[in-house]
Amino acid sequence: MAETNSHIAEQGLRWTISDIVAMTWRGLVRYIRLPQLLVFSTIQPILFLLLFTYVFGGAIQTTQDHYINFLVPGILVQIVIFGSVQTGVGLAEDLSKGLIDRLRSLPMARSAVLMGRTLADLVRNLFVMVLMIAVALIIGFRPSGSIGAIVAAVFLIASFGFAFSWVSAAIGLSVKNVETAQVAGFIWVFPLVFASSIFVPIETMPSWLEAFAKISPITVTVNAVRALMLGTPLGDNLWQSLVWIIGILIDFSMLAVWRYRKI
Amino acid sequence: MENNGIIIQIRNLSKSYGKVHALENVSFDVKKGVILGLLGPNGAGKTTLVNILTTLLRPDGGTAMVSGFDVLANPSAVRSRIGLAGQFAAIDENLTGRENLELVGTLYHLPRAIAKKRAQKLLEEFSLTDAANRLAKTYSGGMRRRLDVASSLIGEPEILFLDEPTTGLDPQSRNELWTAIEGLVNRGTTVLLTTQYLEEADRLADHIIIMNEGKIVAQGTAKDLKSNLGKSVLEVHVKDRQKITTITTLLKQFDPSVNEAVEVVTIPITMGTQMLLEIIRQVELAGVELADIELRKPTLDEVFLTLTGKK
Repeated sequence: MAETNSHIAEQGLRWTISDIVAMTWRGLVRYIRLPQLLVFSTIQPILFLLLFTYVFGGAIQTTQDHYINFLVPGILVQIVIFGSVQTGVGLAEDLSKGLIDRLRSLPMARSAVLMGRTLADLVRNLFVMVLMIAVALIIGFRPSGSIGAIVAAVFLIASFGFAFSWVSAAIGLSVKNVETAQVAGFIWVFPLVFASSIFVPIETMPSWLEAFAKISPITVTVNAVRALMLGTPLGDNLWQSLVWIIGILIDFSMLAVWRYRKI
Repeated sequence: MENNGIIIQIRNLSKSYGKVHALENVSFDVKKGVILGLLGPNGAGKTTLVNILTTLLRPDGGTAMVSGFDVLANPSAVRSRIGLAGQFAAIDENLTGRENLELVGTLYHLPRAIAKKRAQKLLEEFSLTDAANRLAKTYSGGMRRRLDVASSLIGEPEILFLDEPTTGLDPQSRNELWTAIEGLVNRGTTVLLTTQYLEEADRLADHIIIMNEGKIVAQGTAKDLKSNLGKSVLEVHVKDRQKITTITTLLKQFDPSVNEAVEVVTIPITMGTQMLLEIIRQVELAGVELADIELRKPTLDEVFLTLTGKK
């Protein structure tokens, strides 16, 4: 009996994984089939990179001799946060088109719908990040951290984006409408992104804003990424960032799953 | 699993949204291998019922057994035995037709080779082979619908739920889909179909349940419903259209109605032969010349309108 049960559990797990793989593939195909989606998710951050490097950069005093070295770790985090908005938009689209109803009537793992979407967006984020780093290197980004530390930084950013995808998923499943998901997804992200250490050292902000920016998950993550990429001391940033990531993941995956069940 | 060939058993199903009773104490059985038509206007509770039977929605009260399994106690067993094509064509526009079918096949946990084989077969049956490798976003409305219904069949379900499958389709696409649905019964699939179109229920369904405001108001075969519920209708065609008014005034007591376009006066025959003879006698006495007089069974539309009280 115990053996049969473990066999069934094993098969269940295999099916769950196969469902997640199928849904992830389906989520990625849209980027291959809709190249403009991928183009826009890379052009916009590249424009930001150029804008801040050449237009604003000269006016921003940082700890780095060259602003671009300060900027790139931050802008990579910004990309995955903006990218995560797509998770909720995609889910809202599936909902409004009736696709989720079809999926919910199938004998598939229910978790696979959300996992597939968030994993697909994770893969897309990694791709965009690699492309961005290449562009940054061309225009003068010179990281002094070790290769291992840079790779670790990329994975830290990807995990951060993955956690934000679940926030976005919870929003998308709550608003159930593509346009609203788009707006609702960005509204809370914008102030968080700018009130952080992504573009400027937070010490230059008024003290009330600095206090807010200091504890922001974005600031600690950007600081950790910056330290890893530039080979400066990590301080408390890495573990604080990991605590945020795990906390956001647990809370918002539960919230998103709950919203999914309530549809 | 099923007893006496009953594949869906519904008892006292209820569902409310706030103060609106979407379903009120609905009970019926569906026999294996039939096409059941759930007919009703918007808001009759058809979609709510389908959503409960396909495990998408929990009822407030009552039970539903689908393919021998309780939808509440064992939803995953139900899901592996049903197919659903909902009100919207639920296809992924960024995949090709073939990829859509294979994806759903994978999610039914079919071995890859079988999923591919069935996808190919369904593409042929639903006349989609030419478009099989094109992105679904290039499909016409009719093609999307056919792909949607085909997707719901890839798991070879025992029961197929079709929620208003032809809403929004042009007459030709509608006909193509009807032919495909009729073909399903030959493989033994039970079909539960909701529709607002009487013509559709009349053509496809072996058994029709008419719903209105969350309740069943009548059921039976199309023939039963027409003969038991609708009154026979007398159509009086006059030679001279000026005389239409004369006829209606003359027969006022019999509640005549006039269709100006075709110059016909119709009268429901509520009291049998005696009434018929009385009408003819009065017309003759008045000396109105008739082009034609015809006694016919009511259409399903007339039955429907009588039952739901909508004009």
